[in-house]
Amino acid sequence: MLTNYEILETIEMITHEHLDVRTVTVGISLLDCIGSTTEETAKKVYEKVTRRAEKLVPVCRKMEAEYGIPIVNKRVSVTPVSMIMNGKGEEGVIIAKALDRAAEELGIDFVGGYSALVHKGMSESEKAFINTIPEALSVTNKVCSSVNIGSTKAGLNVDAVKLCGEVIKRASEMTKDRESIACAKFVVFCNAVEDNPFMAGAFHGVGEGDSVINVGVSGPGVVKQALSRLGKDADFSEVAETIKKTAFKITRVGQLIAREASKRLGIEFGIVDLSLAPTPVIGDSVAHILEEMGLERVGGCGTTAALALLNDAVKKGGVMASSSVGGLSGAFIPVSEDIGMIDGVRSGSLTIEKLEAMTAVCSVGLDMIAISGDTSAETISALILDEAAIGMVNSKTTAVRVIPVCGKKAGDNVEFGGLLGRAPIIDLNQSSPKVFVERGGRIPAPMQSLKN
Amino acid sequence: MKAVVSVIGRDKVGIIAEVSNFLSSLDVNIEDISQTVMQDYFAMIMLIETEGAKVSLSELARLGKEKGEHIGVTVTVQHEDIFNAMHKI
Repeated sequence: MLTNYEILETIEMITHEHLDVRTVTVGISLLDCIGSTTEETAKKVYEKVTRRAEKLVPVCRKMEAEYGIPIVNKRVSVTPVSMIMNGKGEEGVIIAKALDRAAEELGIDFVGGYSALVHKGMSESEKAFINTIPEALSVTNKVCSSVNIGSTKAGLNVDAVKLCGEVIKRASEMTKDRESIACAKFVVFCNAVEDNPFMAGAFHGVGEGDSVINVGVSGPGVVKQALSRLGKDADFSEVAETIKKTAFKITRVGQLIAREASKRLGIEFGIVDLSLAPTPVIGDSVAHILEEMGLERVGGCGTTAALALLNDAVKKGGVMASSSVGGLSGAFIPVSEDIGMIDGVRSGSLTIEKLEAMTAVCSVGLDMIAISGDTSAETISALILDEAAIGMVNSKTTAVRVIPVCGKKAGDNVEFGGLLGRAPIIDLNQSSPKVFVERGGRIPAPMQSLKN
Repeated sequence: MKAVVSVIGRDKVGIIAEVSNFLSSLDVNIEDISQTVMQDYFAMIMLIETEGAKVSLSELARLGKEKGEHIGVTVTVQHEDIFNAMHKI
């Protein structure tokens, strides 16, 4: 029998500490949708996506009502679209529009997978496809895009990184009247994972089955409150234990929803991604967890150690709570989506260099960072290379989602709205990496790749 | 299927009566009930059986919320599995 304390604790987590299921994402393979023309492929894509995910939104709504827990986003991820282009990558926008129409029809929040995997090399079609990303993101509302430019096994494809820097600049230009919002829907990965349910980087990997349910849980507010109840005198083993126990409880909710969604939708259960994903709401911040551990402000000395502890304890707690853990699983540190991070940047305590160091010990990378609109493509490419190098050497996923906001300079503010939040424009080192980036070619895979 | 009804709010006369009448009007059976008042705050937890009820669980949750607003307390109705998932290994 449940105790009153347990019941009230769960209710408190949901009503006051922002515990939610961040996303139920249906991964759908598009490999059987390739037609003889791109129009035919687009038609098949639309039909398959709307058929497979037909019941996603109503089923999630019903579960929200029955279990009394919000499911914030309902999403679809698909096979990287560059793979179904049949050599005609330049026609990608046709597929993007079909995906956007499918997302509208289904009433879902995002569809991810307008993506290319070019970590070792790029075909002409893939190159042409990547070049369509700015247009695809500016003419659609719900399509998200990603490019994998490196891996521990393959090294870093600098030609692709160079292209991605240009893509980000063009995407920024094409949506300059909307705070360059297209860039918020585009992420550049090193060591991309195939079962990530979170956007903008979700895609349905080629090693996956026909369709699969992946669930992302959240709950930074719950962890923060648990630490706050623990008090300032507790030592680090107690801090880690408290985070583990809390992560366990959060993940169990994700597992329950994943299992139920899988049963009700008749789609195989894939993984639970136990990431702590913040929102711009007060009380839902990863930065505030770090501050609760005893830092005056996020970004100060001690921040990287605090984040390392948090990231590790979240995984340890979550692993036992789910039959299958995957995706990115750890702590996210997007700047614009986290009120504590926003304050950190605004006060000057949190810099891009510190953020980069933090990404070496947490689950993703430089995420939702607004930079000056006049930042050059090669500076963005070099920033991506730095971040990708951390991922490559440490055998982990790293990502870059930066938004050069047209017309804004360091110190200005930008408002993206909704879950994407708002951000001060961060200061970047102004020295030019032009010659470095223009070398092109490939940065060889590190010794860590030779494990066989 | 079993569900948990929680009623939380400032204490006043008749909360238990109102909630129990509401549940019985929908043919919902109350299997267990516990209730405390802490510093003027009323907290009641009921375990109910929704088998044979006139409405579905999601509809019951919606009506419960409305009823709570009418009485001036917070009423939640949730499938018991969310609590079991979180607190039982």
